[in-house]
Amino acid sequence: MDVAINLIINGHEVEAMVDSRTTLLDFLRLHVGLTGTKKGCNHGQCGACTVLIDGRRMLSCLKFVAATSDMKVCTIEGIGDASHPHPVQTAFMKHDAFQCGFCTPGQIMSAVALLDEGGSYTREAIRERMSGNVCRCGAYSNIVSAIEEVLSQ
Amino acid sequence: MNEFDYVRPSSMAAAFRCLERPGAKVLAGGTSVSDLMKLGVEQPCVLVDISALPLKDISVNGESLYIGALASNSEVAMHPLVQQHLSLVSEALLSGASTQIRNAASIAGNLMQRTRCSYFRDISFPCNKRRPGSGCSALKGVNTYHAILGTSEQCIAVSPSDLAVSLCAVDAYVHVESVQGGRRIALSKFFTAPGVQPQIENSLRPGEIVTFIEIPDFRRYRRSAYLKVRARASYEFATVSVAAATIDDSSRSAGIVVALGGVGTVPWRSRQAEATMQQEICTDAVLATFCDLLMRDADCRPATAFKLPMARTAIMRCIKGLVA
Repeated sequence: MDVAINLIINGHEVEAMVDSRTTLLDFLRLHVGLTGTKKGCNHGQCGACTVLIDGRRMLSCLKFVAATSDMKVCTIEGIGDASHPHPVQTAFMKHDAFQCGFCTPGQIMSAVALLDEGGSYTREAIRERMSGNVCRCGAYSNIVSAIEEVLSQ
Repeated sequence: MNEFDYVRPSSMAAAFRCLERPGAKVLAGGTSVSDLMKLGVEQPCVLVDISALPLKDISVNGESLYIGALASNSEVAMHPLVQQHLSLVSEALLSGASTQIRNAASIAGNLMQRTRCSYFRDISFPCNKRRPGSGCSALKGVNTYHAILGTSEQCIAVSPSDLAVSLCAVDAYVHVESVQGGRRIALSKFFTAPGVQPQIENSLRPGEIVTFIEIPDFRRYRRSAYLKVRARASYEFATVSVAAATIDDSSRSAGIVVALGGVGTVPWRSRQAEATMQQEICTDAVLATFCDLLMRDADCRPATAFKLPMARTAIMRCIKGLVA
């Protein structure tokens, strides 16, 4: 079944007819061409597909895009670029908070949301609150350092 | 994934009409349903997205706290009244999944999530829960993380929800509604042990929508906690968990309520066992008697035998922390 959808992606209104089975993740990557959001496990276990939906971090692989119609989506492409990086992006580069980089967009989107969520900011608390983003290269220590620095700014 | 129709009704009446269509299934946060659809475990013909229904409020009415079915797991966990009076519920929620999933997942969806038994989730294996009568692969397969309480010859799958365990301890009710009207179901009766019908996991009837969760007399809990033991430090289902609370209540003489997770096919609780405990006399002997009674009917397999001593230790740690 095709569904008419209308959502705001990185500030731009997007209208489309999509198969009801399309996830937000596939819609972003295959229909809109925003390939910064990564498809890791596609089952809600790795966090690589993390985006902001109406300002809150969620997994785009577990959302049918039809269910996000009328909502605002922000992806890694929406928070900064090479000439104007987001402070979290700058901190990730400074702290070498990645190796292969595949999980990085999800890590950064998760960290960007974390900044707005309040709560405790010990290293242990940051690790807990970032536990939904898996990094197979094991860059965790530097990821926590990068986030710690942005939180202290 | 099978093809399906997607509808987003904007009123309860419209939602009930949508649910009358053959193969209709409710979609809320979608974190569980979409995953099971990708796996082929769920194959609805119609997804009824109820996210536009007015079921998000968290409010107090009389002595009860009412949590709208569509409130997100994050909203409930961070709600001031939940944090102040029901630490065990807040802690149970925050110990489950990740922030991304808690932001999307609804509170009723949390209760409705299916078991994580890997044979249930893999359609190439026989599973009585998924295909009644096909056999239970877990009985003779890898069953380290399976249930030891409430099991049957047909199914030993563990009930996955941390929230359900905490709500079981505080005698919550699940309110449901259909075209026939509304009813409320005690949480202890909402979840059903597998028995000979493991495909039935709860007492929700076709056409019914969960509208809210009620926690009666929610201010009576003095201290409470949720202790979760799991294979990794975060983002993992419980191997064993304990939800416990102390009560200030003259009619119950300063008692303690306890529910177990990770060990049962349903959240596990025994009022008879609780009757042996009082906050003032929580000695090791008293707690040992409590554990014996609570897990009297345990049905362990070689791979799950470790859960009994693990649960005992977790219960002791959790309760001693509360009465200290």
